[in-house]
Amino acid sequence: MSNRRDFMGMALGAFTGLGALGALYAAKRTWDPLPSVKAAGFATIDLSNVPENTLHVEKWRGKPILIIKVAKNSKPNTAPNGNDKNAYDDKRLITVGGHKFMIVVGLCTHLGCIPDYFPDKHKFICPCHGGQFNAAGEVLKAPPPSPLVIPPFKIDGTKVVLGEEGPEYKKLKESGLVS
Amino acid sequence: MAHFDPNARPFSHKWLNERLAIDTLKRVLSTEYWIPKNINFLWAMGMVLAATFGMLLISGIFLLMYYVPTTKEAFDSVNYTIMSQVGYGWLWRHIHGVAASVVFLIIYIHMFTGIYYGSYKRGREMIWISGMLLFVTFSAEAFSGYMLPWGQMSYWAGMVITNLFSLGSLHLNGLVEWIRGDYVPGQAFLSRFFMLHVLLMPLIIIGLIVLHFGTLRIPHVNNKDGEEFDFEAEAEKWKAGHRKESKVIPFNPVFLSKDVFVLGIYFMFFFYLVFYHFEFAMDPVNFDPANGLKTPPHIYPEWYFLWSYEILRPFSKNVGLIWFGFAQVIFFLLPFLDRSPNVAPANRRGIFKIWFWLLLIDMVGLTIMGKLPPVDPWSKFGTVFAYTFIALWFALPFITKMEKPVGGK
Ligand code: HEM
Ligand code: FES
Repeated sequence: MSNRRDFMGMALGAFTGLGALGALYAAKRTWDPLPSVKAAGFATIDLSNVPENTLHVEKWRGKPILIIKVAKNSKPNTAPNGNDKNAYDDKRLITVGGHKFMIVVGLCTHLGCIPDYFPDKHKFICPCHGGQFNAAGEVLKAPPPSPLVIPPFKIDGTKVVLGEEGPEYKKLKESGLVS
Repeated sequence: MAHFDPNARPFSHKWLNERLAIDTLKRVLSTEYWIPKNINFLWAMGMVLAATFGMLLISGIFLLMYYVPTTKEAFDSVNYTIMSQVGYGWLWRHIHGVAASVVFLIIYIHMFTGIYYGSYKRGREMIWISGMLLFVTFSAEAFSGYMLPWGQMSYWAGMVITNLFSLGSLHLNGLVEWIRGDYVPGQAFLSRFFMLHVLLMPLIIIGLIVLHFGTLRIPHVNNKDGEEFDFEAEAEKWKAGHRKESKVIPFNPVFLSKDVFVLGIYFMFFFYLVFYHFEFAMDPVNFDPANGLKTPPHIYPEWYFLWSYEILRPFSKNVGLIWFGFAQVIFFLLPFLDRSPNVAPANRRGIFKIWFWLLLIDMVGLTIMGKLPPVDPWSKFGTVFAYTFIALWFALPFITKMEKPVGGK
């Protein structure tokens, strides 16, 4: 008798548990980004008219893309963590049409604010917690733990296509320089 | 077998009593729920909180009638339609904004009252834990509500706070995108936070308030001396007419009338703010519409989150996150980290007295530093306050372990 009741209890428990799991999974999937969001497209940016050492902002997948045509001398005025090398020699820069560019996702790798660029200091300062980056996106001051992220790109003459992985991007990625 | 008098007039007292036991309910829930006499106005803060929650609910219902939860229209529906077109729309908005801010002030007073008098132990652990759950859900409610006007602070606070869920070097970007429903805060994000703010969170909060009240029932509220006495015996004295000798009063009507007095004073202050100083609850930066390509010069949360936000700042990303997480949960553990059996006001508890005031001053300090831009000397002070906060909690079990028993009265 009690065995039978135990069995019923267990069967009920198992089915309820199964249903709960299914419902949880459905809830999780409902919160997922929609396919249309995931399939967010590509952005083509013409770099031929970007002036030197000034910040140029574009938008890709809702995120700001920061672009600087890096000047020959882009040594930051100060670097609290000692990383005060000339950003012009940085391997993270991308050569397009004979000029070197920094192309990064403009969200601080700490918590995602957009850092401000100060051309005379050759550095970015993040308004949220005071993180700093040089003109190649390398960290000069914590809390950001890593350089600004380089988005997937493909070079097409004087243009770049964001969202597509060209050979130059793959090379950077292999050397671990994109993030 | 229940007895129903066929001659009872419908909806008369007798008729209702036979069906709903209203006399018993009233007795159990109010006229024979006993409150110690030896308390002060700080024991009215719970009711002040309940009343403020009521203000939030009512004003929120009216705001809901014109608010439009889309990224295109949200900003104007609040700042133009509700504020200048809807008759008295400004009133609901100012009540809602002021109440959302003031409720945290009262929560902090209520919490620190509990810490000061030791009202979180010896049977009152569940009161404390359900209270902390209310603190967390109120925080979620305030944060989700802050997203709704879709101004610059809404957007960027949404960005920064959801990024916390990437958990530093774990790089859980998928989790962040899952929470947002997009790569950045957008329509999916606004809609789901709207749902949380107007339905799910309020439901949970109401449930937790009921639980919080339930947890008070058996241990009863504490008193100014942490005195433990037999509530039943004291209640018998009251019922036998020895009201002077009894150490307790009934919740209704005696304690309630005191509560209502404090509520009266409180609402004068509250409506003074609503009518003359509402601007303190409305950040000017949030009067610019959200722009994903421009961060405001200095992002900071509302004042009541500043102390925990400040704990993020002095450290590198991962370490900052760990201490931030620590700050979020550590108050839950208070009943277990306090190793002393004493239930007494902090000023009679030796080193704990110093601990209490240091914690209070430290959290005020963190709050002030959190509002200032991240430059020296403020960052330096912030760092000191953050380390002090952590050190205080690590010290707590040791100083309370050494505490001498305090003779109860
Ligand atoms: C936000 C909504 C809250 C409401 C509506 C609420 C309501 C109340 C009420 C009505 C009381 C009894 C009267 C009094 O002692 O003030 C009470 C007691 C208490 N609450 Fe809350 N509370 C809330 C949040 C919290 C929080 C965040 C905490 C702290 C974690 C907390 C901890 C306590 C404690 C320890 C007591 C017992 C006080 C004593 O025994 O003397 N409550 N609460
Ligand atoms: S978000 Fe840039 S330093 Fe924190």
